[in-house]
Amino acid sequence: MLSYVIKRILYAIPILIGVNLITFMLFFTINTPDDMARSQLGAKRVTAEMIEAWKVDKGYDKPLFINEKAEGLAVVTDTLFVKESLKLFTFDFGFSDANRNIGEDIKERMVPSLAIALPTFMIALVTNISLALLLVLFRGSALDTSMMVVAVMIMSVSGLFYIIAGQVIFSKMWHWVPISGYASGWEGVKFVILPVLIGVFSGIGAGVRWYRSIFLEQINQDYVRTARAKGLSELKVLFGHVLGNGMLPILTGVVVVIPQLFMGSLIMESFFGIPGLGSYTIDAINAQDFAIVKAMVFLGSVLYIVGLILTDISYTLFDPRVKLGA
Amino acid sequence: MNQYLFNILLLVFMSLNSYADVWNSPYTLDKSKKETLFSSFSLPYKHLDPVVSYSKRELMIISNIYEPVVGYNYLKRPYILEPLTLTSMPEIIYLNKQQEQVYEESSEVAFSQYTFHLRGDIFYQNHPAFALSKKGDYLYHHVRQEALEKIKSLDDFQKQGSRKLVASDYAYAIKRMAVRQNHSPILDIIQEYVVGLESFSKKITKIAKEQKSKGEELNLSSYKIEGVKVIDDRTFTITLKGKYPQFLYWMSMNFFAPIPWEADIFYQQKGLIAKNITLNEFPVGTGAYYLAENNPNKELRLVANPNYHDAFYPTLTQKEAEASHISAELLKDAGRKLPFIKEIIYSLEKESIPLWNKFLQGYYDASGISSSAFDQAIQVSSVGDMGLSEEMKERGIQLKAFIEPSIFYLAFNMVDPIVGGYSSSAKKLRQAISIAQNEEEYISIFTNERGVAAQSPIPPQIFGHLEGKEGCNLYVYNWINGKCVRKSLDEAKQLLSEAGYPNGISKETGKALTLNYDTTASGPDDKALMDWRRKQFAKLGIQLVIRGTDYNRFQDKVRKGKTQLFSWGWSADYPDPENFLFLLYGANSAVTTNGAGVNSANYNNPKYNKLFEEIKSMKNSPKRLEKIKEMIAIAQADAPWVWGMHPKSMALHHAWFSNVLPNAMSDDTLKYKRIDGELRVKKQEEWNQPVLLPLILLFLFPILMAYPLYRAYQSRQKAVIKEEK
Repeated sequence: MLSYVIKRILYAIPILIGVNLITFMLFFTINTPDDMARSQLGAKRVTAEMIEAWKVDKGYDKPLFINEKAEGLAVVTDTLFVKESLKLFTFDFGFSDANRNIGEDIKERMVPSLAIALPTFMIALVTNISLALLLVLFRGSALDTSMMVVAVMIMSVSGLFYIIAGQVIFSKMWHWVPISGYASGWEGVKFVILPVLIGVFSGIGAGVRWYRSIFLEQINQDYVRTARAKGLSELKVLFGHVLGNGMLPILTGVVVVIPQLFMGSLIMESFFGIPGLGSYTIDAINAQDFAIVKAMVFLGSVLYIVGLILTDISYTLFDPRVKLGA
Repeated sequence: MNQYLFNILLLVFMSLNSYADVWNSPYTLDKSKKETLFSSFSLPYKHLDPVVSYSKRELMIISNIYEPVVGYNYLKRPYILEPLTLTSMPEIIYLNKQQEQVYEESSEVAFSQYTFHLRGDIFYQNHPAFALSKKGDYLYHHVRQEALEKIKSLDDFQKQGSRKLVASDYAYAIKRMAVRQNHSPILDIIQEYVVGLESFSKKITKIAKEQKSKGEELNLSSYKIEGVKVIDDRTFTITLKGKYPQFLYWMSMNFFAPIPWEADIFYQQKGLIAKNITLNEFPVGTGAYYLAENNPNKELRLVANPNYHDAFYPTLTQKEAEASHISAELLKDAGRKLPFIKEIIYSLEKESIPLWNKFLQGYYDASGISSSAFDQAIQVSSVGDMGLSEEMKERGIQLKAFIEPSIFYLAFNMVDPIVGGYSSSAKKLRQAISIAQNEEEYISIFTNERGVAAQSPIPPQIFGHLEGKEGCNLYVYNWINGKCVRKSLDEAKQLLSEAGYPNGISKETGKALTLNYDTTASGPDDKALMDWRRKQFAKLGIQLVIRGTDYNRFQDKVRKGKTQLFSWGWSADYPDPENFLFLLYGANSAVTTNGAGVNSANYNNPKYNKLFEEIKSMKNSPKRLEKIKEMIAIAQADAPWVWGMHPKSMALHHAWFSNVLPNAMSDDTLKYKRIDGELRVKKQEEWNQPVLLPLILLFLFPILMAYPLYRAYQSRQKAVIKEEK
C-alpha cells in the first residue's frame, strides 16, 4: 500500500503544478500587478511611484513566466511563477498583500470552519443513513412515498432560505440562540447549534435519496435473504448487513469530502459570522490579493488529492478483495 | 454514560446562564451590564498602521488609539481644529528665501514654519516594546528566536512599560512616512511641501532596501529631515515650502500620529512578523483606547487606556451651542473627564440581515440603515420629511442624520471630442444633459431620499457652500418663489438644439446622438438604475449606451481618458473648499498625471485654474469667498459634471447609547460617547424572552411518535417474513 500512496503523491506533483499554472494565468489575465497595487493602496491619490514601490516590495515587478532580461536558467527561474510556486510546495504560503502571514491565518480560520463543518458532516451522515435505512425498511409504503416527496421539496429550496428562515424562527421569533457570532470552547456551543442544524436539515433531501438508492440495490441480494432466513430482525439485517455492504459507494462520496471540510462554507459562515475559511478566498479575490488566492487554490487541490487517496485506502478497509498497488 | 451526558448538559446550561436571562445573547451578562459598546465590522481590517491607513472604517479604529497634534472639536460646527497633545495651537511664522521672518501677506514668503509645543503629561499605553530590565535595557527588542516561538500574542510578554510622549516621536512618524516601502498614500503630496522630505525619502528608501536585504533592522532615530527639527523633548518645528494653510488639517490625521521608535524596532523582529504581531496589527498610541485584541477574522477589542491623559468633554457657550445646533442633551457631560465607555467590541458581521436583527434585539448599540431595512426603520411623510417608524419609536431608538461632506457626480470627459471641449455648443450640450438628469428623482428612487441635489462641488458645512438663490445653479435650475426648481425639459431641448442636436439628432450627420456611459454597475441588481439612466438621456432623444466593465478596466479607461460619461465621487479629507475645488483643477487632470490626479473629468479652464491657485493658500475670508463664488460660476457654466448629489448619512442608536453626534471629519469620537449598561440589559431581557412552547412540543414529538413507529416496525417485520415465504 505504501508504494501505491507514494506513487499517488508523485502523480499529484504535476497536477498541482498544472493547477498553479492555471491559477496564475487566470488571475493575471483579469488583474495586472498595477491593478493589484491600486487595490491595495486605496482609491485616492495613488501615484506611479507608489505603484512601482508596491510592486517591487511584493515581488510583482518580476515577469510572470519568462524573464527576457535574465540569462541561462534564470530566464525561467527568476520569474514570479517559479518563485511563488516553489514556496507553495514547501507549504510556505508567505504573506498576503496586506502583510499578514497566510499560514497563520489559515491555521486560525480552520478551527471555526471545522467547528461547523465537522458536526454537520457527522450528524448529517448518521441522520441521512438512518433515515434512508428507515425508508428502505418501509419501502413502497405511504411513509416511503411521502418522505421522498418531502426530500425533493427540501432539495428544491435554496440553502440561503434555510439560513434566513432559521435565523428568523429560532433566534428572532423564539429567541433560543444567537443570530450570529462565534466563541471558542463551551461558550461556542450556542453559536454552533443553529448553523449545524440548518446544515444537516438542508442536506437531508439529497442525502436520504442517495443513500436510499444505494441500500435499495442491496436489499434484494441473496445475502440479505440468507440473513433473514437465519431469523435476524429487519433492523439487524439493515444495520448489520445492508449498511456494511453499501459502504463502498458511500465511502466513494463521503471520504473524499472529509479533507474539504477544512475549507469551510462561504454562505453559512458569512451569515452566522463564523470566522472560518469559507469566505477567505472570496474576500481575497475581491481584494485582488493574489498571495491568498494562490495559497487557497493550492491548499484546496492538495486536500482534494488527499481525499481521493484516503478514499482508495478506505476501500481496502471495508472490502478485503481490494488490494492497492496489486 | 448517563452521568457523562448529564455533565455535558449541565455545562451547556451553565454557559447559557452566564449570558443573561436570555438565551440568544451573543455576549456575557457581565459585559452587557458594563460600559461596553458593541459594534461590528464586515471585512477584515487591512491597515492599522497610521502611516498607511486611509479608509474610513480603519480610521474609526486607529483614531481612538493614536493622537496627532491637533483634532476637531466634537461639538462645534463648522468643524474647528483644537490642540490634542499640544499646549496651544501651533505658532506659524513666515520666512523669505534668506530665512528671515516676513509678514503672512508678504509676496516674499518662501517658507512657513510651524512650531508645536507638546503637553508634558502624555504617556503611551502599556506595551512590551517599552519594558526595561533592571539595568535599563529594553527587554524585548531583540528576543531570541526560540523564545519568540512561544509568543502567540502581546499578552504573552510578561512585562510591559510606558513612557512619556516626546517631540521626536512625531518626527519619527514623518520619517516612517518617507520610507517608500511603508506605502504611505500621502507621501507624494506632503513631500511637495515639507522642506527636504523628497530627498530624504529617496535616501531612506534606498537604505531601507539595503537593510532589508541584509536582514537588519532599521532605526530611523538617527536620520534627520531638513524641514523637521526637534528642538527639545516638548518642541518641534516643521518647515514648509511657501504657504499651505491646509497643512494643519493633514496634521490632524493619523499619518502624523506619533510613533515611538521602541515600537518600530520591537515590531521588526521576524519571529513576531511571522505571527502577525506587527505595528500594522497592534498599534501603540497615547489615545483614549488601546487595542487589546485584534483578530481581524473575528473580533477587535478596544479597552480604555489606563495611562490616558486628562481630557474633558467639550464645553460650549450658549451662543456656540446654538450656532452648532447642539442640544442640551449633548451638553450634559460638559467638562467631565473622558472616556466614558470602558470597552468597545467589534464583531465580524458580514451580512446585513443578521446585523439588523441583532440591532433590533439590542445586541448592537447602533446601526446604519440598509436599503432592505429602510421601510421598517423610516417613515417618509407625504411632504418628504423623514422620521422614525412607530416600531423604532416604541423601542426608544433614535435617528441621527447629516449631509456628508461628499459628492457623487456624473462626469463628462472634457477631452472627449463630443461631450468635452469649451466651445459654446459643447457647453450647451452638457448643460442640456445636466437639466435632463433629474437628480431629485434619482435621490428619491435609488437612495430613499438620502441625499440632496448638488449645485456645486462644495457640500454643506464646508466654507464656500452657498445657500438660497446664491447657491442655486442657474444653468440647471430656476429660482422660483424662493425655491430652486429644475429647468423644464423644453429649456433643455432648446439648449440641445442650439448645441447642434435638435431632438437629439446631429445636424452634421443626421444621425441620433449616441453617448457611452462607462460603469461597473452592470449586474442584474443595477438594471433598474441603468434603465433610469437611459431614460434621462432618451428624454432629449439621446441614445445612451451602457458599457459595463470591471473595476480595474473602468479605472484604466478613466485614467487614459477613454470614457465619455461616467459616475464618480469624492469624500472630503478635510473641511476646506480647496479639497473639493481641486477636483476640477487642470493640473490634477487624470490623463496628464497617469491617473494620479483627482480631476477625473479632465476639466481645464485657465481662469478657474488661476483662481484655484489663489484660493488654495488663502485663509477663509470674504475675499476668498468671492473668488470661490467666481470659480463655482465658471464651473457651472462649463458644466464638466452633472453636479449629482451630496449623500445624507442616516444612523440609528438605542436609548442607552448617548452623546452621539455625527462628525464627518473626526473619528476619535468614542471617548465622548456613553453607554447605560443597566438599561441595555433590562431592554434586552424585555425583548428576548425565549418562547418555550415550541421547544416543549419538539421534545414531546419523538416521545409521542415512539409507540406508533414501534407498531409500524413490527407489522413491517411480519410483512417481510411473509414476502420471503
